[in-house]
Amino acid sequence: MNNSATIIVIEDEAQIRRFLRTTLASEGYKVIEAETGKQGLHEAAMCKPDLIILDLGLPDMDGVEVVKGLRAWCSVPVVILSARSQESDKVSALDAGADDYLVKPFGVGELLARMRVALRHGSSTTNGEKESVFSAGELTVDMVHRKVTVSGAEVHLTPIEYRLLTVLVKHAGKVLTHRLLLKEVWGPNYVERAHYLRIYMGTLRHKLEKDPARPRFLLTEVGVGYRLAVT
Amino acid sequence: MNDQRPDPDSLLERVQRAEARRRRGRLKIFFGACAGVGKTFGMLLAARERRAEGLDVVAGYVETHKRAETEKLLEGLEILPPRLVEYRDTQLREFDLDAALKRHPALILVDELAHTNTPGSRHPKRWQDVEELLEAGIDVYTAINVQHIESLNDVVSQITGIPVWETVPDSILESANEIELIDLPPDELLQRLKEGKVYLPQQAERAAQNFFRKGNLIALRELALRRTADRVDAQMRDYREDHAIQDVWQVKERLLVCIGPGSYAENLVRAAYRLAQSLKAEWIVVYVETAKLQHLSREQRDVVLRTLKLAEELGAQTVTLGGRKLSEEVIAYARTRNVTRIVLGKPTRSGWRRWLFGSLVDTVVRQAGDIGIHVVGKESDFLSLRSENPYFSRSRLYLGLASEEHRPLIRWRAGYAWAIAATAISTAIAWPMLDHFDLANLIMVYLLGVVVVAARYGRGPSILSSFLSVVSFDFFFVPPRFSFAVSDTQYLITFAIMLLVALVISNMTVSIRYQAKIAGHRERRIASLYAMSRELASTRGEENIVRIAVKHVAEVFEAQAVVLLPNETGRIVYPKGEGSAQSCHGSDLSVAQWVYDHENMAGQGTDTLPGGEIIYLPLKASSGMIGVLALLPLNPSRIALPEQQRLLETFTSQIAMALERVRLVAEAHSTQLKMETEQLRNSLLSAISHDLRTPLAAIVGASSSLVQDEDKLDGHARHELSQAIYDEAIRMAGLANNLLDMARLQAGAVVLNRQWQPLEELVGGALAGMSTHMSHHPVSIKLPRDLPLVEIDSLLIERVFANLLENAVKYTPSGTLIEISAASGANELVVTVSDQGHGIPAGEEQHIFEKFHRVDNEGNRGGAGLGLAICRSIVEAHGGRIWADNLPTGGAAFHFTLPLTEPPLIEHEEAHLS
Repeated sequence: MNNSATIIVIEDEAQIRRFLRTTLASEGYKVIEAETGKQGLHEAAMCKPDLIILDLGLPDMDGVEVVKGLRAWCSVPVVILSARSQESDKVSALDAGADDYLVKPFGVGELLARMRVALRHGSSTTNGEKESVFSAGELTVDMVHRKVTVSGAEVHLTPIEYRLLTVLVKHAGKVLTHRLLLKEVWGPNYVERAHYLRIYMGTLRHKLEKDPARPRFLLTEVGVGYRLAVT
Repeated sequence: MNDQRPDPDSLLERVQRAEARRRRGRLKIFFGACAGVGKTFGMLLAARERRAEGLDVVAGYVETHKRAETEKLLEGLEILPPRLVEYRDTQLREFDLDAALKRHPALILVDELAHTNTPGSRHPKRWQDVEELLEAGIDVYTAINVQHIESLNDVVSQITGIPVWETVPDSILESANEIELIDLPPDELLQRLKEGKVYLPQQAERAAQNFFRKGNLIALRELALRRTADRVDAQMRDYREDHAIQDVWQVKERLLVCIGPGSYAENLVRAAYRLAQSLKAEWIVVYVETAKLQHLSREQRDVVLRTLKLAEELGAQTVTLGGRKLSEEVIAYARTRNVTRIVLGKPTRSGWRRWLFGSLVDTVVRQAGDIGIHVVGKESDFLSLRSENPYFSRSRLYLGLASEEHRPLIRWRAGYAWAIAATAISTAIAWPMLDHFDLANLIMVYLLGVVVVAARYGRGPSILSSFLSVVSFDFFFVPPRFSFAVSDTQYLITFAIMLLVALVISNMTVSIRYQAKIAGHRERRIASLYAMSRELASTRGEENIVRIAVKHVAEVFEAQAVVLLPNETGRIVYPKGEGSAQSCHGSDLSVAQWVYDHENMAGQGTDTLPGGEIIYLPLKASSGMIGVLALLPLNPSRIALPEQQRLLETFTSQIAMALERVRLVAEAHSTQLKMETEQLRNSLLSAISHDLRTPLAAIVGASSSLVQDEDKLDGHARHELSQAIYDEAIRMAGLANNLLDMARLQAGAVVLNRQWQPLEELVGGALAGMSTHMSHHPVSIKLPRDLPLVEIDSLLIERVFANLLENAVKYTPSGTLIEISAASGANELVVTVSDQGHGIPAGEEQHIFEKFHRVDNEGNRGGAGLGLAICRSIVEAHGGRIWADNLPTGGAAFHFTLPLTEPPLIEHEEAHLS
């Protein structure tokens, strides 16, 4: 993986910036710091970053607005950092186009994993390349032949289950909000009917997971959405 | 025990009086025997001295009568411009109270204290203006003549032969801080009069003839000197009491004055007042409303009301009693009130009538026992002039009664018609009886007729019926029949006795009827009061109390009413909500504010703004003013009745008490809340101090070691320290999360974001979040495949699972199994998280869900005892229950329920295939 990527950290807390700077620099990333949302947007326009780490609790503007501002002109991956009291803001930011999130306090391992996923998706969308076969552990999804296997055994999915799985595969490793999944699978009229998604996710888990209550692939991000584990 | 020590109560009272006085302005009265002695002059002189001392002096209203010497003294003083009032085509100069209050000088001069203000002014009398100035803390200099003192008013009128209508209550004089007597020998006064220094020359002659006779002047001077001496005496007595000089053993005297109808009652009240003053006694004025007195004319009732009002103004307590016999009621009441002396008027009956029927005085004297009796002589009929007094004739308007005479004329005539008819019917019944019965039995039939008429139509018709009965009996039955002639003279005695018996019966029946009526009235009053108190007692909330109060007041007093309450800044405001049909929204807030500030009633029939239609009553409770009750009576004269006034007072105090109760409850509630918050904060502080400091100590220690001894540490040691820092930080983060959750749940800031969820997903989410903690504990999940969806806030219920799991991990040895199971019941889902640890200590099952409660207070397991409290808050917010018990196999089980409702419909999948 190309670790010379440029990262903009938009965060007002000096200690968090310091920790991110130290950690990311040691991983080989080039780090640009911004204290405010405005400064962050300015830096993003100036230096074409590969990824933006954005804190939702900025003093000058709403983090969701920063995401919208960025998405108005570029598709750079955005990983948001949120506090526990910002549940709804977090979902709004993801719906607005942010790629992933981390809840403070978070560990370095988590951060780097999220960043890697986001950077990969960022490069794949720009390069336009698409993998035809997805595999994670025993799970294999062959997009060309529409074939799903678990430990080599083929699993029969209903059309909606399959569509749901493919959307997850397309964004593997990334968190997908309920809203986004409902829109992609059922259409824009169904974005408020989260129970559809939950029921189908349940049946999908029972077909793909060994222990559906403790899923290994189809992970739940409580209150946010779902994520397909990549490893 | 030292008896010479002053009574603590009276001492306290004196201290309170002194305090009230300190806040009030000081009142100095320049007191004179009559006009022209130089009161205004003296007042101005004194004012100039004060000004020379640097005091802020303003002449509020000074009447110089164009006397040159006086006008000269006024020069250089700031003069408040008078208020010009148009009244009956003339322009009158009046003292401008509002301007004076606004100007707020240290000392203000207000001449002619007894002056009556032009109708439409705030107060009818100037002394009330002065009261308000004093209330506002302004010192006042004022002047008054002896003839204007209320209690001396009749005496002066007697001496001079000229009625004086402008009077000032004695209480004003008594409350004055200083009284300066301006004395001038009569000869000198007459000399000044001659020189034209007193009145304008053309008026002087007439005035001198009428009023300024030397004899008058001497008498007035004596009165003024005596009144001043009385005051000096009172001051001396106060002084003696202050200094515990008590060589005269005093019994607290209490006078009872019994008044009847007639102008004589006023005399009696004044005389009693003077007596009460000299005895330093409390006094009560009693009016007994016997059946006989129910027949008084409107004028006579007016006189009674006026007298009672006068008595109240003079400081008496007034009581209206109802009863059959005057003397009995008076004595009984006197005994209950521990009255020491009874004051009565001289008997009006004389000669044989007194001998025959007795008199009140005689009866009372006989029955009074140890109570002293004062009999006051009738002084003169002069005072009947008073009824032409403009103030009183005006007051009659609102004191006037809807009298008995206002009954419809038809009913009145019907009574007499029925009297005739009853006699005819009696005759008709008696007619056939004549052959079989003795004549004496026929008389009984007639008497029955009289009783019926008396019971239904009252006195007049029953008397008519009595006479008619005798006549009919004579004409139809007594031989020779059909003639008024009487054959046997013994029948004359029969007639006389029959008439007498008929009259006595009718009289008694009428009395009983009136008694019943009065009792009925009284019972209704008490019942209405009881009804309101009962309803108020069972009511919570200010708004409801106000609503009930308005409803009852409106019903009982036939009035529109509104309860006006102050806002936070003490300003009276209109009630917020919708008014009921009985509300009176035309009330004037400024008047209500005045009432609230002065704790005194205002509006119709009172001393303040009597011209208005609405009555404003202060709602005063033990802790102070609560608000104002405004009343718009449909029949103002009814409200003016003393009994109604008293009832109204009782109502207002009941309402005030109810409102106060609500206020106190609210206060107690907020105090309790504060205490609970305080307790919570203390627990929080101890939790934070312990549970945050412990990990912090580890972090600080480990990190400082990493920072300072970096070179000496090998890779393994560095890793150990870093791991310690990481673990402790995570522990702190968990605590911070719990505190945050608790705070949000407590503050009620959490709005449930309910969505239909499969439970399985939440369990999975919670387990995933706990994976690092759970590495040493295998988890078994037993969720039926057909578990229905539940409508819950996923984030919160996940917290419940996470906390229960964390608890299980914390309190069980590693390697033991944790089981999560669920079962759906009829209308709820029961979820159980059980472990195989040591279980919950007996008796702790309930307490563990309390905030900051920990099973082992050593606290070496970390956590602030918040986890389960959070679980309970969340589950209860969802409408479920949470509890814990021990498994028979050992280990603890935590159960919680989630209500099940009808899940949403899911469209069939094929519908979505394109």
